[in-house]
Amino acid sequence: MSFVSVRDIFQSYGPRPILERVSLDVEEGEFVSIVGASGCGKSTFLRLLLAQERPTRGTISIAGAPPAQEPDRDRGVVFQRYSVFPHMTVRGNLIAAEEFGGAGVIPRFFGARRREAAARADEVLGRVGLAHVADQYPAALSGGMQQRLAIAQALAGRPRVLLLDEPFGALDPGTRLSMHVFLQELRAETGMTVFMVSHDLEEAFKLGDRVLVFDKPRWDPIEPEAYGATITYDFDARNGGVPFQAAAAAARALHEPQREDDHVPAS
Amino acid sequence: MRWINRRPGRLAAVALAALPFVLALIAYAVASDLRRAENPADKLLPAPARILETAVNLATVPDRRSGDILLWLDTAASLTRLAEGAAISAGLGLGFGLLIGLLPGVRAGAAPFVSVISLIPPLAILPILFIVFGLGELSKVALIVIGIAPVLIRDIAQRTAEIPEEMLVKAQTLGASTWTILTRVALPQVLPRLIGALRLALGPAWLFLIAAEAIASTEGLGYRIFLVRRYFAMDVIIPYVVWITLLAFLMDLGLRSLHRRAFPWSGPAT
Ligand SMILES: Nc1ncnc2c1ncn2[C@@H]1O[C@H](COP(=O)(O)OP(=O)(O)O)[C@@H](O)[C@H]1O
Ligand SMILES: [Mg+2]
Repeated sequence: MSFVSVRDIFQSYGPRPILERVSLDVEEGEFVSIVGASGCGKSTFLRLLLAQERPTRGTISIAGAPPAQEPDRDRGVVFQRYSVFPHMTVRGNLIAAEEFGGAGVIPRFFGARRREAAARADEVLGRVGLAHVADQYPAALSGGMQQRLAIAQALAGRPRVLLLDEPFGALDPGTRLSMHVFLQELRAETGMTVFMVSHDLEEAFKLGDRVLVFDKPRWDPIEPEAYGATITYDFDARNGGVPFQAAAAAARALHEPQREDDHVPAS
Repeated sequence: MRWINRRPGRLAAVALAALPFVLALIAYAVASDLRRAENPADKLLPAPARILETAVNLATVPDRRSGDILLWLDTAASLTRLAEGAAISAGLGLGFGLLIGLLPGVRAGAAPFVSVISLIPPLAILPILFIVFGLGELSKVALIVIGIAPVLIRDIAQRTAEIPEEMLVKAQTLGASTWTILTRVALPQVLPRLIGALRLALGPAWLFLIAAEAIASTEGLGYRIFLVRRYFAMDVIIPYVVWITLLAFLMDLGLRSLHRRAFPWSGPAT
């Protein structure tokens, strides 16, 4: 069985289907980019991988474990916003990543244990280029620095898979490029399995080994919400850079349903 | 230049801030003069000098019967009640607010009850408190708690529920238990809010304190005001009111600076 195994997932909110018949196999160490029209269910799929929600039907299994009932340490996550703790310093955020998982009744390290955790945190901060702001609060950091901290914090928990929901969506283009380098380096170092939702096709192909397109395979013009989305394309994006045809095909795949989307009120 | 773009300089701002106070004092002095010109024994608007003299006496001269200096006796009694009531309410607000805001099971069970409780006009059940707890300190502190704790609970519960889901999920993916999330994520994030809510609740707390003291007490700021009311002793009432206002202002100032110093990561206190 594959490392991440998604079997015939359905997810509806009330009577409204969002995802239908999603199946997927991902090997350990793969970087999977997920693209699709806004509101088609990409974040929903990520929440299912995260076990923040349980699917209406189907199972998701990571590393052969039984389907998770709630988020756990196997799954690291970074959202577009609110991914670090604003009331902790930058260093405190990294120490907390250890404290949260390893503490008993008093969820805090003291003495030597804390000093060791702080030393490890400082080492990580040095590597991700945040050493100079270790004692500051996240509010004082730029958006790019906050997301770097969020990624470092998620990785400090040593998850089996890393889930990213438009992690760079709020960043300006220059910062975004440097975040790509940052993420690629981290990935080369850790060999982490990553799922990244993105609304930027170029980014998806640049970073991903695979690019999945979510879309509605069936379309009811009278009742556009009658059907859910599924994986309609699964592109190979390896061999470094962007194979032009693949990107163009993905662009078409995205573009066509979007034109029809014009009739649908934004969700 | 348009009026919306004219900003007073620093000196002008201070002068403008002082202006209403000065005007009110002048208005009082003039009205007092006019009344006393008509009737030198007028008690309603005593002369400012007379008020000042009484105030100094209240703060320095021991009472002939008891030997206590009344202002300090009353202040200590009232502030003790207020502090006890506020502290208990803050504890209840934080404890129940966090549990209601964070745990869906507790929310389902307790939120409707707290909503209904908070609708009871506290003064309407003051007689019940006097009957149940007697006329001593307990009933007065209980009135303050019943008056402000439900508001604090609801406010903290609301704030806890508003903590972004993303943050709670992130904590879970780092291995945090419910207890860890409660103490390391939710509690520190609502503490600043507790200070803010307490600042708002202090106004009602004073109201309930003075009401309880007016009805059954042997000392306290509210008690004194209502006692001397029988003699139209405006020269006592006015200094007491000014003193209470000053105390309330200082408490607000204290809480605000606590907010600023204790929670540098959160936004400025308003
Ligand atoms: N908890 C929820 N309850 C009901 N509807 C939801 C919920 N979460 C998301 N949706 C709906 O599901 C659809 C897919 O949302 P989402 O997965 O966030 O899309 P996106 O692909 O933009 O990330 C949207 O139409 C959204 O309104
Ligand atoms: Mg989304």
